[in-house]
Amino acid sequence: METERTFLEYLRHISENLSPLDFLLIYDNLGKFFEGALVTLQLTILALFLGGLLAIPMAIARAYRKPGWSQAIWGYTYAFRGTPLLVQTYLFYFGLGQFEAVRNSFLWGPVLSDPWWCVLIAFTLNTAAYTTEFLKGAIETTPEGEVEASKACGMSPFTRMRLVVLPSAFRRALPAYSNEVIFTLHGSVIASTVTLQDLLGVGRWLNGRYYLAYEGFITAMVFYMGIVFLISIAFRMAEKRYLRHLRPHEADPSAQANATI
Amino acid sequence: MTFKKTFLAVAAAAMTLAGSTAVAEALRVGVEGAYAPFSKKEADGTLSGFDIDMAYALCQKLERECVLVEQEWDGMIPALIANKYDAIVASMSITEDRKKKVGFSEKYYHTPSRFIARDDASFEMTREGTSGVKIGVLRGTTLQCYVEKHFPEADIKLYNTQEDVFADLTAGRLDLQLNNTLGALEGFLNTPQGKGFSFYGEDLDDPACLGEGVGIAVRKGDPLAAELSAAIEEIRADGTYKTINDKYFPVDIYGN
Repeated sequence: METERTFLEYLRHISENLSPLDFLLIYDNLGKFFEGALVTLQLTILALFLGGLLAIPMAIARAYRKPGWSQAIWGYTYAFRGTPLLVQTYLFYFGLGQFEAVRNSFLWGPVLSDPWWCVLIAFTLNTAAYTTEFLKGAIETTPEGEVEASKACGMSPFTRMRLVVLPSAFRRALPAYSNEVIFTLHGSVIASTVTLQDLLGVGRWLNGRYYLAYEGFITAMVFYMGIVFLISIAFRMAEKRYLRHLRPHEADPSAQANATI
Repeated sequence: MTFKKTFLAVAAAAMTLAGSTAVAEALRVGVEGAYAPFSKKEADGTLSGFDIDMAYALCQKLERECVLVEQEWDGMIPALIANKYDAIVASMSITEDRKKKVGFSEKYYHTPSRFIARDDASFEMTREGTSGVKIGVLRGTTLQCYVEKHFPEADIKLYNTQEDVFADLTAGRLDLQLNNTLGALEGFLNTPQGKGFSFYGEDLDDPACLGEGVGIAVRKGDPLAAELSAAIEEIRADGTYKTINDKYFPVDIYGN
């Protein structure tokens, strides 16, 4: 109790005398920032998960040039990768809401009238487009030998895809995917423009409520940095595990011992 | 070589220009642009509206050139403090909270605020009655202060521009929205978009949140505040104010 009070007094002292930032105000609203972080993480993780699920069949269709499908999917990825996420979100949120027919449809009440769903749909379609393209590239670069070997073992095309091509493609796509995850997190700030209280939304709320310039943004920034830091650690660990075969071989001490004998 | 010459010529021209403006320095005025009829953007990108005309009229009285700087609402005060412009003419209410950050001229208009809802809407306007009711307001306004204070259990949605609030009200994403009555009338209710909507409840009353009229914000301690107050009085007296007022409103919005 004693330490807490002195800590707060210390914060007040800094805020009032030493710093242009009001740390006390940030401290008082920290709970709101954690709630905002939860919304940000929820949207990012769900969009990545659903987008990833959508991307797998689309990437396969693109890589194997399924007639008709491949062109249609290319058109979709081109449209979503060639336009800003902000515009896509506005289209789903403000654009669809303009139409009487959409507002009267069964989807309006539970889904499209809710900013959370509009944002999730836009984010999912956006990340699915990017993931499709680099996963397609990874599938196309599957070493010929792996495919031949699996054919020689008598694997059906489905088993081959499941056991050989996709796992191998996922590994090659892993470094590119870490970028996609971070981009999706950064893109999620767009949620705040359609009234959601995500991390940036809370930052803007704080700034708006107390007419501040920096406090809300800087606090949100620190939170984003923390999340990105955790993501990069997770990917570094995943790469260590799944891309072990690409690392330079470490000298095996026992082999060295044998060699000297 | 020719490039260098041109560059030097342009630089010299810029310097003389900078030198000449230093004599009667232009007044940089922060305005918004999505708050019809006070400020809005025409199709060709120019700004118009009551606030815009007011800014030009006041500059003229101060005998300074007017440079309008557009700024989204929630960054209005921070940008003033950061010296992006010298004064805010953007329907900003004078409140105690804001006075902690900036200085104000005397008011240049004062109109009440009121809720808007669908014609057939019915809410009990109490803390409990509005629990879960979706209320939309512009972020960083006196109205945000008001709804968060009086209806904390409502589902309060904050918007970047007033136009977005109206868009969501017509789309049915909001049950209620809160706005300056004149802005609501001219910018929404009297337009085709506002069909089927009307004012809900009485004019709001809470000076602590809503302030004591709309003034021009300047940096704290800037003597410009007094000059602007004098200029407002002058345009009230010489009829300029009335001309501008009548262009947009059927009644005098100066208030008592």
